[in-house]
Order: sequence, then structure tokens, then C-alpha cells
Amino acid sequence: MWKTPSAIQTFWKRFGIVAIAAAIGGCSQATTTGGESKPAETASVVELLNVSYDPTREFYQDVNKEFAAEWKEKTGQTVTIKQSHGGSGKQSRSVIDGLEADVVTLALAYDIDAIAERGLIPPEWQKKLTENSSPYTSTIVFLVRKGNPKQIKDWDDLIKPGVSVITPNPKTSGGARWNYLAAWGYALEKNNGDQAKAKEFVTSLFKNVPVLDSGARGSTTTFVERGIGDVLIAWENEAYLAVNELGKDKFEIVNPSLSILAEPPVTVVDKYVDKHKTRDVAEAYLQFLYSKKGQELAAKHYYRPRDKEVLKAHTPAFPEIKLFTIDELFGGWTKAQKDHFADQGIFDQIYKP
Amino acid sequence: MRKTFRNRGFLPGFGITMGYSIVYLSLLVLIPLSVLFLKASTMSWQQFADTILDGRVLASIRVSILSSFFAAIVNAVFGVLVAWVLARYQFVGKRIIDGIVDLPFALPTAVGGIALTSIYAENGWVGQYLAEWGIKVAYTPIGIWVALTFIGLPFVVRTVQPVLQDWDLQMEEAAATLGATRWSTFIRVILPHLMPAVITGFALAFARALGEYGSVVFISGNMPLKTEIVPLLIMTKLEQFDYAGATAIATVMLVISFVMLLVINYLQWRINKFDAAR
Repeated sequence: MWKTPSAIQTFWKRFGIVAIAAAIGGCSQATTTGGESKPAETASVVELLNVSYDPTREFYQDVNKEFAAEWKEKTGQTVTIKQSHGGSGKQSRSVIDGLEADVVTLALAYDIDAIAERGLIPPEWQKKLTENSSPYTSTIVFLVRKGNPKQIKDWDDLIKPGVSVITPNPKTSGGARWNYLAAWGYALEKNNGDQAKAKEFVTSLFKNVPVLDSGARGSTTTFVERGIGDVLIAWENEAYLAVNELGKDKFEIVNPSLSILAEPPVTVVDKYVDKHKTRDVAEAYLQFLYSKKGQELAAKHYYRPRDKEVLKAHTPAFPEIKLFTIDELFGGWTKAQKDHFADQGIFDQIYKP
Repeated sequence: MRKTFRNRGFLPGFGITMGYSIVYLSLLVLIPLSVLFLKASTMSWQQFADTILDGRVLASIRVSILSSFFAAIVNAVFGVLVAWVLARYQFVGKRIIDGIVDLPFALPTAVGGIALTSIYAENGWVGQYLAEWGIKVAYTPIGIWVALTFIGLPFVVRTVQPVLQDWDLQMEEAAATLGATRWSTFIRVILPHLMPAVITGFALAFARALGEYGSVVFISGNMPLKTEIVPLLIMTKLEQFDYAGATAIATVMLVISFVMLLVINYLQWRINKFDAAR
């Protein structure tokens, strides 16, 4: 059949070279292929991708259902919202590396700043929505075993010898950074802003930590399932989840005298909503989080609603705790990250040999 | 060159298969790995050295290499044992045991890690008895070693088993007729023949363990300088969006793995030569 095998050989050899060249060429330029996307405004079906962090899965499932119903009623358009969950920093990297998220709803502003740094979002993104672009907040509380055998009442009790504290690793977990900064802020307030004293406090706190899990859920598992530690430093919503899902008879929540206002921010990813022509629906989606309905859902999932009335309706589920913000005490996320969690930062010094 | 190719070709299609192999390997292995080097090369030598020679990085490299090495050693010994049982004996449930060996391959490693942690934690099935003896497994270097042994087991079993199955029993019979004891038959006849497969299995298990992340993060406790493995440090760099730093550490591990595989290949070549010369 083939009269000249060498010709075939040459063909395949050339094909191989072309394929390799194409592969290498393809690496160096961004993929720009794909058909013209239909403007979402006119299409009857529209899809959004919400890239979020781990513990918000159930919350956004509820939000998505309610928002889709509302949007359908208002515009006649069917919206389906896909969710992606993972560690906050990892999710941010996915978006930077090309995951085409229409909206991001992450654990800390620093992770969205990193996306902004790559030009996908304008640098002043956090001013676009009210309340620092955080429609709901949380704070850091303690979870202890039933009856509170070690009598843990406040941050000072965490540095006592013989108390075993569970918290995730601030180097790998965005949520854990709030825990760490909450402790630091407490020590700062107590010692009239003395940074050295605060460092001493946090150092002795971490001396009491036997296990540094890589994520917040891992820490909860270590404390709840493995029975390790006397106290878990956790987000308020995670603590409520643990108590309600895993046993009111086994754990209780302790509110410290002072804690941090955790503000998980949300924003539209401008580059991708423009590409997908989904800006209107994506912005409406985030606005929905601020609406009465959205605020109710946040409260249902133990996030503190910003809406004063909704918050009031849910007290005493959200007991009043004196809260400070990261801007007040640390000068914002970028500075806090650089001072505390970057390599050779204060957290690394705690573990210096 | 072309001539030798054509002379040697019993089967048609050398050009196709070779072209395919190169494209395939390039897309999946060579290009991603060279991107790794490219990314690391955005750093100056000074930055690179600072990243690598940091105390924490060095400590984690030590933890990773030592625990991987001991895990691979244990796998080499007990993997041969398992392969021996599977190749030599007939018993009820043999197929099931044969299947169990592959589980660490199939299971998401995180699942393995979580399962091991719940068993070996101080309140776990096994952990509580070990705790009575004052032995802590989960959240210590021992835990890392357990996880790495778990994920490495199939490598040795699956490389040694086929060699044992193809083994010619006449060799043992000959040894026996010449008056060798069973033990010396094993040491002097069977084991040398098995060595190349064992070493391959050892190398695979070792290299696999060096890069393992999923199962270890759950059981190690991740304490800086004590139970931090290299992949975890790579993750912490990425968490700070320090792509260059992460790839610098990754590059070093890649080079270590590659050198190790080369050394082992060389050893194997020596053994084969020695074997053939006899």
C-alpha cells in the first residue's frame, strides 16, 4: 500500500516537530480561542462562577437558589451559579492562573488584592461595595469541651502552661491569620500598644499549640474528632457549626472579652464579567448579599449580618463582643501580611530554632 | 543514524511511535518541568540561595528525605515479603489481598492520610494502645513515616511480584541437590536475582514519598522545624503568592530526585552486569 515508507517517516518526523513547536508556542501566549460569547443580557440562560473558600459552601447553595428565583422574576432570565471551594489562597491563585470566576468571595482582602495586582480587578476594588465590600462578618471565638474543664474564659487563659490550643497554620490558612491577629490585637490592647509584649504573648500562645493543621476545617477535625487540645480558636460560624452539627452535649462556645472583626470580602472580577458579558447579573448577585434576604441567609449560616435590624433579630445568637478591625490595629491586610506572615516575618521568628 | 533505525526495525512505524512519544513526553513532562526551571530562574542566585538555605527549608528537606528513605527501606523488606506470599502460596482470599496492595494507588492520598490519622491519633484504635507505651505516632515524625510507608507499598510489591512469578523453580531444586540450606538458597540464589526489582521498587517508593503531600499534612501536625515536609513549605510559599520561591524549592527537590534515580539506575546496571558475568 505504502510505496515509500521513508516518505511517511519524514511526514511523521515533520509532524512531530510541528506539534512540539505548536505546543511550545501555545505555552507562551494566552489562549484566546473560543467563539464569540453571546451577550448575557439577551440570552435567556446565563451562568456565573462564584469562586469562594471552604466553609461557605452551604451558605452559597442557599444564596444561589434564592437569588436565581429573584432574578428570574425580575428579568425572566434563568441564572445558574456554579460554586468552587477550597483554601482561600489557593482559590485566589486559581483565578490568577486563569479560572474565569465572575465573582470571588474569599476569606481575606489580601487574597483579592493579589488578584488585583495582576490587573484582573482595579486596585481600589474594596471601595466599590459598601462596608468594605464585606456583606457579612464574623469574629474569632473559642470552642471548648463541655463544662470547660480548663476554665478558659479569655485570651490570657490560652497562654497558661498545660493548656493545649488548636489553631491552623497561618502560613497555609487564610482563616488562621485572623486567629493569630485576634490574639495579637488582644495583647496589644492589654499592654497599651507594646509590640514586644504582644509578640511575647503570641509566642507563648503558639508554644501551647501541639498541631498546626494546614486549614481551618482540619483544625476543627483535630479538636473535635481526634480529641486533641483543650481549646480551638475558630471563626464564630465554624464554632457554631461544630456545636450544632457535632454535639451540643460535647462542646461549648466561649466569647473572649475582645476579638477581631473578620471581614470576608466579595467582588466582581472585572476582566471575566466583561469577557462573559455577565456584569449586570454578577453585580446584582453581590448586591443580593446585602439585601434583607441575603442578610437573613448569612445569619442562618452564623455569619454576622451587616444589617442592624437583621442582626438584632438574631441576638443573642450573636452576643456582643468588643471588636477591633485589621485597619485600626495593623494598617490593613497588605501590611499585616508583610509584617507577620511573610518569610522571616514575626510568625517565622516565633519558630526560630 | 537512519540506517541503524531501519535495520533494527522489526516492527513498522518507528517514525510514528517515536514522534508520538516525543510529543507526549514533551507535553506532559518536559515542558511543565522546564517551565519550573524558567520560573526559578527569575530569581538571582543570591535570592535562590537565601530561599534554599533558610533554616526551615533545610529542616524540611531533612525531614522529607529521612522519612522517605526509612519508609522506602521498610517497604523494600516487607514488600518483598508480601510479594513472596502472593507469588508462592495459594490460599483463600488471595485475590482480595492482591487487590488490597493496590489500594494506596487508587485511593486519594488525603483519604489515606485522614484514615491513618484517625487510627493512630491518641484516641484512635491503634494509637490508644501505643500511647500507653508512651509512643506517639500521629503528629510526630513517626506519623510521617507511617503515611509514606502506606503510599509506597505497592511500588515494591508490584515490581518484585512478576519476577518471583516467572522464577524458575529448577534453580532452587538444583541448589537443594547441591546441599544448600533453604536459607542459603534464598540469600545466595534467589535474592541476587530479585535485587534489581527490589531496587527499582525502592527507588520508586522513595521518589514517590519525597513528593507526597496529601496524606502527610493530616498526620504530621506540620510543626515548623520538626514535622514540616518540603511540599508543605512549597504550599506556604504559594500561599504568599511567592511563585519564584516555591519553584526554587521544587527545583531543588526535582534535582535531588533525579540524581537519586540516576544513582539507582547506575547501581542496577552494575548489579545486572555482575549477574550476567557470573
